[in-house]
Amino acid sequence: MAQVVIRNLNKKFDNEVHAVKDVNLEIRDKEFVVLVGPSGCGKTTTLRMVAGLESITSGNVLIGDKVVNDLPPMDRDIAMVFQNYALYPHMSVYQNMAFGLKMRKFERAEIEQRVHAAADILGIHELLQRKPRQLSGGQRQRVALGRAIVRHPQVFLFDEPLSNLDAKLRVQMRVELKKLHDRLGTTAIYVTHDQVEAMTLGDRVVVMKDGLVQQVGEPLELYNTPANRFVAGFIGSPAMNFAAVTVSDGGGALWAGNDGLRIKVPAPLSNRIGAYVGKPLTMGIRPEDLRIANGADPTDLSFGAVVEVVEKLGSEILLDVKVGGGSMVASVEPTTLTKVRDQVRLAINPDRLHFFDNASEAAI
Amino acid sequence: MAIAYASTPRRVGAPHRGPITSLLEDERWLAMALLLPTVVLLGLFIAYPFFEGVYLSITNTKVGVPGAFVGFANFDKIWNDGIFRVAVWNTVLYTFVTTVFKLALGLWLALLLNRHFKGKAFVRAFILLPFIIPTVLSTFAWKWMFDPTFSVINWVLFKLGVITGRINWLGDPELAMISVIIVNVWRGVPFYAISLLAGLQTISPELHEAAAIDGAPPWKRFWYVTWPLLLPVTMVVVLFSVIQTFADFQLVYVLTGGGPANATHLFATYAYQIGVGTGLLSEGAAISLAMFPVLFLVVIIQLLYIRRVETH
Ligand SMILES: Nc1ncnc2c1ncn2[C@@H]1O[C@H](COP(=O)(O)OP(=O)(O)OP(=O)(O)O)[C@@H](O)[C@H]1O
Ligand SMILES: [Mg+2]
Repeated sequence: MAQVVIRNLNKKFDNEVHAVKDVNLEIRDKEFVVLVGPSGCGKTTTLRMVAGLESITSGNVLIGDKVVNDLPPMDRDIAMVFQNYALYPHMSVYQNMAFGLKMRKFERAEIEQRVHAAADILGIHELLQRKPRQLSGGQRQRVALGRAIVRHPQVFLFDEPLSNLDAKLRVQMRVELKKLHDRLGTTAIYVTHDQVEAMTLGDRVVVMKDGLVQQVGEPLELYNTPANRFVAGFIGSPAMNFAAVTVSDGGGALWAGNDGLRIKVPAPLSNRIGAYVGKPLTMGIRPEDLRIANGADPTDLSFGAVVEVVEKLGSEILLDVKVGGGSMVASVEPTTLTKVRDQVRLAINPDRLHFFDNASEAAI
Repeated sequence: MAIAYASTPRRVGAPHRGPITSLLEDERWLAMALLLPTVVLLGLFIAYPFFEGVYLSITNTKVGVPGAFVGFANFDKIWNDGIFRVAVWNTVLYTFVTTVFKLALGLWLALLLNRHFKGKAFVRAFILLPFIIPTVLSTFAWKWMFDPTFSVINWVLFKLGVITGRINWLGDPELAMISVIIVNVWRGVPFYAISLLAGLQTISPELHEAAAIDGAPPWKRFWYVTWPLLLPVTMVVVLFSVIQTFADFQLVYVLTGGGPANATHLFATYAYQIGVGTGLLSEGAAISLAMFPVLFLVVIIQLLYIRRVETH
């Protein structure tokens, strides 16, 4: 078991593409950390530098307390699960799982015992004699996991291991991965571009964009207090609504308004945006923090909207609405009876308003 | 329209279609029509010469003399022919030694070319040169390099102080065989290198990375991952190469003509010398035909092997 420390890590490909920029991370022993971000943000590259599959341009990677920059992958005591499984096609499942142990000159009996133990955990006992191409995607994924866990490595590295599975299987494997980690307690770094996977699996989540770390935090921390507009929009589904507003002072309170709405900003928040009076800002509100207003809702915490699309998802209804010149999505009760072109009033949960600086995009 | 419906067998033709179109609606007729050109070509250029050869080998035809049936007399004769035996031994040796070297060097080159480096495309094209230049042309160049007086090889070795006298590359029986083998390897390596490179590129780099993480040092990665996955391609390449080398003609014909003192004759060159040079057509045919069982066996063994590799 070990911690992984990444210090000022940089990667430049051919001195041109700066794929990873000054990444700093401390992954604690037994922690499950997820790197998440849009395509091309440098997640895989970061992971591969930890694995030793990609050279480090500058900075340090430490596993345990040892700088491993110049160690080959085999000496880093890690195991990796690849997106395409990377099972050896000419070997049986048993041989695939045993290969790493064989290379490390384990006793035959020990190999057998470990492979069977892993096969038990993953429920792939009856597949041991098959070749990879005789397996379904989910089974291959299990074998790839098996190959990683038999070695009892210090760190697991996962690069989008579930992205080749269908949606249902992905959810199932996600749960199994979580259980597996609870059981083995091995430090894990997990790369995905799926924010739901990140939120459900990660003890902590690292959001990246363009090679830069945007925010590191526990899932709910990212959800509740995103550090900037990018994280706010990336975490959560459907994504947070953003509206361009101007701050004004009136009647002893601060107001955020534009052509479609005028919201009275509640006290703790208004202290923070005091410096922005008369200036434009971006206001953020999550779809789940909007609801259909009733008579008791004060008008300064609600606004009128025109329904454009109704998406009935079963557990909720998503309303795509027009508010002034902008548009928003609201997640409302599944029993709501609204139709396209209906005029509705939406109430907001004022405690869950977010504001972002227009220039820096940082949360205020 | 006819083509669009071709996969629907025995469809009743619509009234506006011509008789040929409706005939081709039937998959059996269509298949026959499509196969016909190939069958004619194969029959004309492969089956006919082959059976003609078989026929020749059991007569006593000479140039200008129509022959009569003599049974296996020609085979009996070549069986007791000392030069034929030398040619058989030479062919086996030539095929075996060149194949080993071509495979080893070709694989080595392929592994090098499979890495990333600057000017890769250029080097790959360059490597193919010996394969692209007509054999007769390049062999003439080699003949010049092996020339006792003008040999550039001798000159280099002499300047380097490796040798003091002249090496008579093509004049000494053993050296002549070695020379022939060298040229064949030179000409054959590109085919191996490029084919094996193509095979290597089908192997996902992730497998190597997985093996590296699994603790396999480079040569074990080669042995446990690359080699087994490359084996089917290798077998096909070796199969083609063995057949070609076994029946090689141009190279020996140009370089030594089978000499000195018949020391470098192969099946094909000896068959040519007897059949065309001496005019004993039937005997020449018998010599060439003697190759057939060997090649047939090689093909069978390798095809069986390839199938085994593929199914297991
Ligand atoms: N071998 C390479 N040579 C040059 N550029 C590369 C190389 N590998 C990756 N890049 C670039 O580095 C950046 C980061 O790539 P990376 O594979 O880490 O993205 P990612 O976050 O894993 O994306 P995805 O979700 O699509 O897998 C991209 O702009 C990519 O084009
Ligand atoms: Mg990636």
